[in-house]
Amino acid sequence: MPIANATSAAQAPASGKQDLAAESNPLQPFVAFESWGRYPKYKARVIPLHWQSDFPSVLAAVTAAGMTGSALPVGLGRSYGDVGLLKDGTLLQTTGMDRLLAFDPATGILTAESGISLAQILDFAVPRGFFLPVSPGTKYVTLGGAIANDIHGKNHEYAGSFGCHVPCFELVRSDGSRRLCSGTENADWYAATIGGMGLTGLIAWAQLRLKPIVSRAMDCDHIQFHGIDEWLTLKQQYAAAEYNVSWIDCVSTGKNFARGIFMAGDHAKNPGELKPSPEPKLVFPFDAPGFALNRLSVAAFNALIFHKQMKSHVKASVDYEPYFYPLDMLLRWNRVYGKNGLVQFQYAIPWAHAKEGTVAILREIAKSGLASFLAVLKAFGDIPSPGMMSFPYPGIMFALDFPIKDATFPLLQRLGDMTLEFGGRLYPAKDAAMTPQQFQTFYPDWQRFAQFKDPMLTSSFWERVTGAERTIL
Amino acid sequence: MSTKPARDPLAQPGIASNARITKKILVLGATSGIAEATCRIWAAQGAQLFLVARNQAKLDAVAADLKTRGASYVGTAVADLDDTSKHAELLAHAVNSLTGMDVAYLAHGILGDQAIGERDFEHAAQILHTNFVAPVSLLTWLANFCVQRRAGVLAVISSVAGDRGRKSNYLYGSSKAGLSAFLAGLRNRVDREGVTVLTIKPGPVATAMTAHMNVKKADANVVAKSIVAAIDRNADVLYVPGIWRVIMFVVRAIPERVFKKLNL
Repeated sequence: MPIANATSAAQAPASGKQDLAAESNPLQPFVAFESWGRYPKYKARVIPLHWQSDFPSVLAAVTAAGMTGSALPVGLGRSYGDVGLLKDGTLLQTTGMDRLLAFDPATGILTAESGISLAQILDFAVPRGFFLPVSPGTKYVTLGGAIANDIHGKNHEYAGSFGCHVPCFELVRSDGSRRLCSGTENADWYAATIGGMGLTGLIAWAQLRLKPIVSRAMDCDHIQFHGIDEWLTLKQQYAAAEYNVSWIDCVSTGKNFARGIFMAGDHAKNPGELKPSPEPKLVFPFDAPGFALNRLSVAAFNALIFHKQMKSHVKASVDYEPYFYPLDMLLRWNRVYGKNGLVQFQYAIPWAHAKEGTVAILREIAKSGLASFLAVLKAFGDIPSPGMMSFPYPGIMFALDFPIKDATFPLLQRLGDMTLEFGGRLYPAKDAAMTPQQFQTFYPDWQRFAQFKDPMLTSSFWERVTGAERTIL
Repeated sequence: MSTKPARDPLAQPGIASNARITKKILVLGATSGIAEATCRIWAAQGAQLFLVARNQAKLDAVAADLKTRGASYVGTAVADLDDTSKHAELLAHAVNSLTGMDVAYLAHGILGDQAIGERDFEHAAQILHTNFVAPVSLLTWLANFCVQRRAGVLAVISSVAGDRGRKSNYLYGSSKAGLSAFLAGLRNRVDREGVTVLTIKPGPVATAMTAHMNVKKADANVVAKSIVAAIDRNADVLYVPGIWRVIMFVVRAIPERVFKKLNL
């Protein structure tokens, strides 16, 4: 069998072969590891984890090689900003830990190593008549990453966040201690790790409660709306649908202000095909030039989307792939923003100020002329998120991508302050710009959370928003 | 690639490759990246698998994964395949456990360290032992078993590195060259006895073994698909990805007086 790498050498019993392997596999050089937003750009040493036993032994290999620096577990790098980055540190990439450990078709509970992707889970589950309980906008995230960012989907009002469907997982600390975490066992570690941004330790494996489906198809309704009031009415009207999300135009002003399309959906009730998905083929081939996204092209795109739908109400049955993961069809679509990258601004504002806050922020964005075309509006429901640092809470959620330009950061600062004024919060997994003061107000539990942080793990995000000093290994 | 008539009744044309068949497959070095990816395909087809690897925890993780994916049987044994004295006992146990064997898949091997091996013969000998001597021992037993049954496929992972010695990895390369030559000879002997020998020559594949190598690597799942297909059609030699057949043709064609000056 091939000798793995420094990793296995560090924990395996002494044998001549493995010692030699350690020597033959020098540690990785520093490379640019990009987050999805491609901003900020930091170099790090990327060490792949292939086995649960690779952690924490791989850290010992790092110190044995006379190198210092903290580490951070990462998955597929789909977080936008710096929550998945560690400047000049060691990134432990978990995607080699992608094994299914058990599946119970009676309960739908899947047990898998944390580096498995949601795409791999779907490939396994869909032909067996099961589906993810919560789907983000891309299936190319890992199970561990989904827990660490306590991600949400279009069914938040119906199902809560991803962590609500994770009955238990095993957390491994850099000191080698292992904890089985659930709502009843090590409940404080469970709450700290869900939404814990990978800072509490490595999730070795986790359980996920899948839900039954009888078809790949989704029944959906697309309805045009003008303004937040119409949107709220539609939401009431379609309260029975499991999924809903809205695309909203952030460029238009005047009578077209806050126009959009409300998209409600449900899994088809009639049994249909449960074949596996085909492989994606299209890759966005190059970095678009910086001027490709401008006020005119975005306005044109938005007008096209709005009027593509000729009727104000369209009913359709579509496959789950384009329904949940329209952008996964085009691998590396983030290149459309050019090599400078993009940042996302994503807030949740509680119902008390949700409407006025959303209108004010939309006006500020329209005025700036910086918006791009991927703007999403949705409501978060009342199901509490299990993590102490989880992002979702009841209210309005809004997300918008911005290309990186000089004017972007002052705008983000203003929008962050407005979010704060309206009692809302921003989403660390999408962020590259919130200030320490903003973060510490958005997440008042952050100091309690810090007690659960693994001393050897940190991220550029954590250092940025808390001013934490790095622990030298 | 020759298209010999299929000997395995389960591999007849007309049986779709994704049809549920219960092939009995012995996998040696089952925790190697390529082997694991290959086993996932077989598991999804409902195959019966017997896995041998050196590390219990890793073997258990792979076995759990393959069971979950649908393998109709997964047996395991922990063994250090360098210990040739245990081979006969191990292989007998595996074949008894599977109640027969349609395919033996040899996927164990080490990359070793060329620089260390150049100054330390012990390391060079280790590479040759693990990659060449141990497979010869295993294949001797397995070939005799298959000849007696007049059936079976022996699928063995060699390497494109065995096609020509290069200064950057000639220890690994020569161990694989020896293996490829052994397999060619074995094929010449047992083909007429109804036994297929498949020499698999991958280029660099993205697995734990090559994690530190800074070269373009093939995806293990893509490589695995080609291997499963090559076994199903009783192929003799598989370069994977296929472009390596062309590359190595060119590399072999370079005259030695030129080749010796190159930095490869």
